[in-house]
Amino acid sequence: MKKTILNIAACVFAITSIMAQQTPAPKQSKSILIMNATAHLGNGEVIENSLIGFKDGKLSLVADATTSKLDQQAYDEIIEAAGKHVYPGFIACNATLGLVEIDAVRATDDEDEIGGMIPNIRSLIAYNAESQIVESMRPNGVLMAQITPRGGRISGTSSVVQLDAWNWEDAAIKVDDAIHLNWPNSFTRGRWWLGEDPGMKPNKKYPEDLDDVVSFINEAKAYLKGDQTPRNLPYEALSGLIDGTQKLYIHVDGEKEILDAINFSQENNIKIVIVGGRESYKVADMLAENNIPVLVGRPHSLPAGEDTNVKQPYKLAALLTEKGVLVSIDPSGSMERMNTRNLPFYAGTFAAYGLNKEQAIALLTLNAAKILGIDDLAGSLEIGKDATLFISEGDALDMRTNKLSKAFIQGRDISLESHQTELYHRYNSKINGK
Amino acid sequence: MRVKLLSLCMLWLSFSVFSQEYFPKNDGVKTSKNSYTAFTNAKIYVTPTEVLENATLLIQKGKVIAAGTSIEVPDNSITINLEGKYIYPSFIDIYSEFGVEKPKRQRSSGPQYDASRKGYYWNDHIIPDQDAVNKFKFDTNKAKELVENGFGVVNTHIADGIVRGSGVLVALNSEANNSERILEQKSSQFLSFDKSAASNQSYPTSLMGAMALLRQLYHDADWYAKGNADNKDMAIEALIKNQELPQIFDAGNNKLNALRANKIGNEFDIKYIIKGSGYEYERIDEIKNLNSPLIIPLNFPNAYDVTDPYQASKVSLSDMRQWNQAPTNLSVLSSNNISFALTTAENKKVSEFKSNLMKAIEYGLAPEIALAALTEVPAKLLGKSDEMGSLKNGTHANFLITSGPLFEKSTTLYENWVQGQKHIINNMNIKDIRGDYNLKVNGTEYNLSIKGKIESPSIEIKKDTLKIASKLEYNNGWVNVFFAPETDGSKTYTRLTTKVTKSDNLNGSGVLANGTSVNWYATKTSDFESKKKQDKNEVQPKVFPVSFPNKAYGFKNTPQQETILFKNATVWTNENEGVLKNTDVLVKNGKIAEIGTSLSSNEARVIDATGKHLTTGIIDEHSHIAADAINEAGHNSSAEVNIGDVVNPDDINIYRNLSGGVTTIQILHGSANPIGGRSALIKLKWGGSAEDMLIDNAPKFIKFALGENVKQSNWGTTQTIRFPQTRMGVEQVFTDYFQRAKEYKESWNNYNQLSRRAKANSKAPRYDIEMETIAEIINKERFISCHSYVQSEINMLMKVADNFNFNVNTFTHILEGYKVADKMVEHGVGGSTFSDWWAYKYEVKDAIPYNAAIMHDAGVTVAINSDDAEMSRRLNQEAAKTIKYGGVSEEDAWKFVTLNPAKLLHLDDRIGSIKKGKDADLVLWSDHPLSIYAIAEKTMIEGTVYYDYETMQEMQNSINTERNELINMMIAAKNNGMKTQAPVKKEEKHFHCDSL
Repeated sequence: MKKTILNIAACVFAITSIMAQQTPAPKQSKSILIMNATAHLGNGEVIENSLIGFKDGKLSLVADATTSKLDQQAYDEIIEAAGKHVYPGFIACNATLGLVEIDAVRATDDEDEIGGMIPNIRSLIAYNAESQIVESMRPNGVLMAQITPRGGRISGTSSVVQLDAWNWEDAAIKVDDAIHLNWPNSFTRGRWWLGEDPGMKPNKKYPEDLDDVVSFINEAKAYLKGDQTPRNLPYEALSGLIDGTQKLYIHVDGEKEILDAINFSQENNIKIVIVGGRESYKVADMLAENNIPVLVGRPHSLPAGEDTNVKQPYKLAALLTEKGVLVSIDPSGSMERMNTRNLPFYAGTFAAYGLNKEQAIALLTLNAAKILGIDDLAGSLEIGKDATLFISEGDALDMRTNKLSKAFIQGRDISLESHQTELYHRYNSKINGK
Repeated sequence: MRVKLLSLCMLWLSFSVFSQEYFPKNDGVKTSKNSYTAFTNAKIYVTPTEVLENATLLIQKGKVIAAGTSIEVPDNSITINLEGKYIYPSFIDIYSEFGVEKPKRQRSSGPQYDASRKGYYWNDHIIPDQDAVNKFKFDTNKAKELVENGFGVVNTHIADGIVRGSGVLVALNSEANNSERILEQKSSQFLSFDKSAASNQSYPTSLMGAMALLRQLYHDADWYAKGNADNKDMAIEALIKNQELPQIFDAGNNKLNALRANKIGNEFDIKYIIKGSGYEYERIDEIKNLNSPLIIPLNFPNAYDVTDPYQASKVSLSDMRQWNQAPTNLSVLSSNNISFALTTAENKKVSEFKSNLMKAIEYGLAPEIALAALTEVPAKLLGKSDEMGSLKNGTHANFLITSGPLFEKSTTLYENWVQGQKHIINNMNIKDIRGDYNLKVNGTEYNLSIKGKIESPSIEIKKDTLKIASKLEYNNGWVNVFFAPETDGSKTYTRLTTKVTKSDNLNGSGVLANGTSVNWYATKTSDFESKKKQDKNEVQPKVFPVSFPNKAYGFKNTPQQETILFKNATVWTNENEGVLKNTDVLVKNGKIAEIGTSLSSNEARVIDATGKHLTTGIIDEHSHIAADAINEAGHNSSAEVNIGDVVNPDDINIYRNLSGGVTTIQILHGSANPIGGRSALIKLKWGGSAEDMLIDNAPKFIKFALGENVKQSNWGTTQTIRFPQTRMGVEQVFTDYFQRAKEYKESWNNYNQLSRRAKANSKAPRYDIEMETIAEIINKERFISCHSYVQSEINMLMKVADNFNFNVNTFTHILEGYKVADKMVEHGVGGSTFSDWWAYKYEVKDAIPYNAAIMHDAGVTVAINSDDAEMSRRLNQEAAKTIKYGGVSEEDAWKFVTLNPAKLLHLDDRIGSIKKGKDADLVLWSDHPLSIYAIAEKTMIEGTVYYDYETMQEMQNSINTERNELINMMIAAKNNGMKTQAPVKKEEKHFHCDSL
């Protein structure tokens, strides 16, 4: 009863204050048990009939209902979920959620700072936890994201957040997790305004561009070994990279460039992640051998050229996974923010073209958590990890059945409403009387 | 210095062939020249096919008097004996920019919508009043280059603007002045699809706009000529005069533009002489059907430098094929009996033109066709066959003297006579020393062989069979030979020299490496033989076959319509029957012949569809693929333009769409202006021509647009002068145009009702393509698909339509349709929307993915569209999102991308469901078609399978094989010293609504 009243209150609140954001859920106070769902653990395993329990924000039980004994009294709330599916919260790597609200409105755009080598630029402090786009992620199961600055050569430093928070400080899961580098391109676009062919031609400055990156790293190393006066913010921002506590995300697509990036990581003893990696399948063995993970470009992109296999972007995850590369998905591209909620369907597409479904789920869960270095607390349904998970009516990788009835972030029962669902309720009622 | 100049000047005057007889003369006495020049004993090509052996050419006063074998040479003749030599008519370049400078591009800070010129046409890019002769300045250097390569006459023009005005026909006689060498002051009129650099007037911003502009211009000229106009228009008057001239149309580099130019010509009964792209071989049947004379450029692409495998991987198969196939263009044209002239216009150097022509001959072009393309054909096209292009009596004495057959590598061009004026290119009296010799120097014997061209021969010296480093110089009758007698690499040389005499042998003096003087003797053992003859059997270079389209995944053999029986499928009928399990579908003659169980057919190919789903093909109501232009942004209304003019059947996205089960699309104009252009409705018949793809008797559509794009909100700060800049103004644009169209039709109706006599006494209204199109909307003959976002503007357009008593057919995008769905139902308009796009601009802030569901539930006919080349490949998934967002049923969701868009396009009597008698546009899916796991295995249009998953994989393999072969051929070409270019990765053009 109390719950019903609360729900009505929530509805009234939603209708009367249409422009406001969803209120973040309070800390988990009651222990919760989800019974009889098919649990996709995120590590490739499935429990067809599962028991998932969590309290104080952490998973306390992950078990097979057919083989485990259960004390129902130990839980304050029980969710019967037979026929439904439970997943660890999906994780968006290399996202720009909360950095831009409306693409065409410049005033809402905070994703790209000026300057070429600016690792000191930090995405976290610009992350808008109250973005209407952020809240639209949750009904699709996307519950965590790496918020990444764009542009320049070294774009800045990302952080990992959960997507139900009052402010960026509360949202942060891993602060300043990585540095992002846009690798130079060995091809360059013709300067048509100078009468050159507008197509892509070999970039004569490529070695020079590479050298700029190496020099910058070397200068930072030298600076960090000294007394560090006068203070140099960009160099300082590389200290985590140089002491091995941060990874370098290299945004790069071409085969040659990827090989150069691997070589660069070895020579400079830097841990890297390949982002995009359209041609990474051509060097998959090398990537596997060197334990370099890849965030593959979203499958919803066109093949690289006329000659490229029509299905190539759909096959990329499978081509790398079968060689033993650790893979997650890079959602960047045109209209990337609003499209980030389609991450489950990107994974589903990869499943249609070579991965099995659990492998596809892992792309967005345990693989992503491992790459981001948060697998101690997220990415799979394992005891002791954060209770960040959701219940879907059916297969969450398929549009038809990705219908969330519940989602929890760190055990908090979060709202699955949004600016969009509120408009839906309001106008469905006006127009269709529903 | 001044004196010197003056004397040069006088020298030049005295050489002049003609005298300007009525000019006063103050530099001496009058010197008339009436003597003849006779060229005797030559092989004379009077025309490419009329060849005289041992004949005489007689010229006087710059003209041919006679050419024949029994010509009596008058006493007052200078006779030149050309025994063993050849005479050809010199060349004509019918498409030239010789001596005429193009205007430079004007920079501007903001847009310009109105014409700058007053008293002329309303568009600055229509410049028929400009005459090249007024800008012409004889370019001595360029003339020399042309003459050295055999040209005698050029037809030059101002290569600027859409209608470019008249060209001027000029003889390349560097010894004359303009009064003599200008052969025709207004020789022809030139046209193109490209705007003038001299004006920044925006319209037209697109190819289809240029086409529409030309059409309107012809209508206006006709109307003006009949005395209907009140104003004076000097451009139209010039056009009317120029219409009598040959019309030369530069169709530019776009392979399809020749077809487009010809289409306009046919509509107005004008036979354009079309300058093509050089890639006519790719769609030769269509080119043949033009039945139009062509001017062909000869700029073959260089091989790509593909030694770096990574860089090589970026070059597309189509670009590599062009390198391989382009040299066959002329022989393909010729074997299809298509008449063409040649032009040097696209060659940086004329010598490159000539070497490419030789290459074309190597690739199978007959030399007499090459000669005709440079002489007879252009002369005829210019209506000047009596004056040039042959050596018949009375023609200008423009001819070449050569050492042998014109298009052989070893042949030397000695002289090029223009208007009877000699231009020496190589000394005709130079002795041919080519041949094999026995060389004796200081007691040692060598084999010496001299070959190559007469005037610049090369040498090879062998001792026994060992080749020795050697070099030969042959200047002014002297021969110098250097060679290294030792083969050990020591850099010491024996130097020999001699004066060439009448004797066939070469004897002279020299210095040995050690400084000792010696005599040497080279005794000729055999004469030089043209290599050509020995190499007749040389293997022709490998040329890869053309595919349709001529790129990756093109068909070598175009697929055929089949009788096919699908057995045991799950069939999504989109009819009352719903989804039928274990059902057979028979396809015959391009139609669905039967649906049922246990069907059989003797003639049919049976496809086992057990466990698979068979659906009708996906229809994309809003697409921008397969077009060479999308927006005409130069005016706030562009109803006159037609996407159907610029369909590009070669776009790879057609094939990619097929791979996602799409069979029919509406190519919409973009959203750059409130009233856009007319749509093209096409079926994705990959491999076919644009005409093949356009749906026969398709309903007529036009794009309208509202909101941020049309008010130029995101166009930059300078774009603030075009009306409208607010939604308030958008309404006024519509009201204004509809009202004008109504009044326009009324004025025509009134005029048409007049008696013949009354008509003769009154002025006819002006035919206006734009108004005709808008009037069709009011008359319910053309349907609007309107780009729309927010509820206010949606409501507004429905009210405007109500006022003019018609219905808006479709709102496309319609992202706030859910707010006014009730009003939409009342108005009777459909909604074609995105599944889940939002947040890309301010007006889509309230866009929600539940839009389709709410509109659908309210009773709106709803479609899900793409507006995007990427998304269109997976519209089945986009439709499926409406199940998640709003709980639409699966069958209804499926109709969002099939039957409903068919209804919105008024094509549901032909397509959109699986029903007996409808077009067999079918897709076989591996899985439930709305599932993320579904893969389109076969896509069929009208009974022809255009896409097959397995075939695609096989094609991928053959693409790789062909690429590899071509790369090897290019590396071989590079190693042979041929010029290469840096690898280029082609950039695909992807249009959206707002692409300019």
